[in-house]
Amino acid sequence: MKIEILGTGCTKCKTLYENAKRAVEESGKSAEVVKVEDIPSIMKYGVMSTPALVIDGKVKFSGKVASAAEIAGML
Amino acid sequence: MLMEHAMLKSFADYIVFTLIGLVPGSRSGEALDFFIYDTLKIFLLLTTIIFVVAIIRSSFPPEKTKRMLSHKREFVGNVLAALLGIVTPFCSCSAVPLFIGFVESGVPLGVTFSFLISSPMVNEVALIMLWGLFGWRIALIYIGTGLLVAVFAGIIIGKLKMEKYVQDYVWEMQVGNSEITTMNFRGKLDYAREYTMGLLKKIWPYVVVGVGLGAFIHGYVPADFLARWAGPDNILAVPVAVALGVPLYSNAAGVIPIVHALMEKGMAIGTVLAFMMAVTALSVPEAIILSNVLKKPLLATFFGIVATAIVIVGYLFNAML
Repeated sequence: MKIEILGTGCTKCKTLYENAKRAVEESGKSAEVVKVEDIPSIMKYGVMSTPALVIDGKVKFSGKVASAAEIAGML
Repeated sequence: MLMEHAMLKSFADYIVFTLIGLVPGSRSGEALDFFIYDTLKIFLLLTTIIFVVAIIRSSFPPEKTKRMLSHKREFVGNVLAALLGIVTPFCSCSAVPLFIGFVESGVPLGVTFSFLISSPMVNEVALIMLWGLFGWRIALIYIGTGLLVAVFAGIIIGKLKMEKYVQDYVWEMQVGNSEITTMNFRGKLDYAREYTMGLLKKIWPYVVVGVGLGAFIHGYVPADFLARWAGPDNILAVPVAVALGVPLYSNAAGVIPIVHALMEKGMAIGTVLAFMMAVTALSVPEAIILSNVLKKPLLATFFGIVATAIVIVGYLFNAML
């Protein structure tokens, strides 16, 4: 599974990245968490408010910081 | 409302004059009393109202706003964009993807600007703080004129046909279509809770510093101190206030307690409103972020037109009120 965190590097994006990593660790599933910071890649997903979370190429939510528990529910 | 105010007031009085033992009427006592009272009042108002507004906002993701504005005619589009700017969540760190998403999907440039101007300037935080400190009349006037500035500046930018001054890569960008995720009521409550906590965490230092400075001015600056320079009779006061406000970066939460105290000391209402708008609508960090998508002539035009519109609003209110 591949989890992408879209965002141009604001504090909210970092928090979401940390939460996603924690969610993966706690769930015990194998997933790769990566940050996507360049605008063209963010725009490819049609996301207009950052941070956003993408799992296997599908936008799960945008414009909010979800908790680790909430992200774990999406894995 | 009134009862809560009285309760907060006696609570602040109790802390300052009974617990700490400062003398009522003394400068330090009055300044601290003002600080505690205003901070409590503002945080109480902010927490409740941001939560309610966040629930409303969860129904207006930017993706939906974009769809409503794409290929809209000028004027109608500008008005709608300015109004949607109030309810669509906006964070300056998302300004670039937002801008690209708008123009790529066929939202006219001028309409996009109406949104970009109204969104940071006219929002629930400004409304709450103005209502709490100045009363509902000033709050409504601010919202109304803020919307006018956004509509008017957007229409002019649209008429100037400055599309060629948008960075070239913006037009070549491939923008995907993300489906709008809809939230159930439970999800909306969660979103609102996170949004409220996140926003409070971001703005509380501005509020405390703003109220602190306001309290200092309230307690130490002599009454009518500003009347001579910044009263309604000084023609230069409005442009000077705007020129000072543009490079300053703060949000509505930080600047309103300060302008409240300035008005108490004799600054004219139009000058106060103009200063506030300049601080919230235009700033150096915003210019840097927007330079990723705008070439210099368009960036300069944007700042120039908005600043001019704000100066006009300032004069108008100094003449009327």
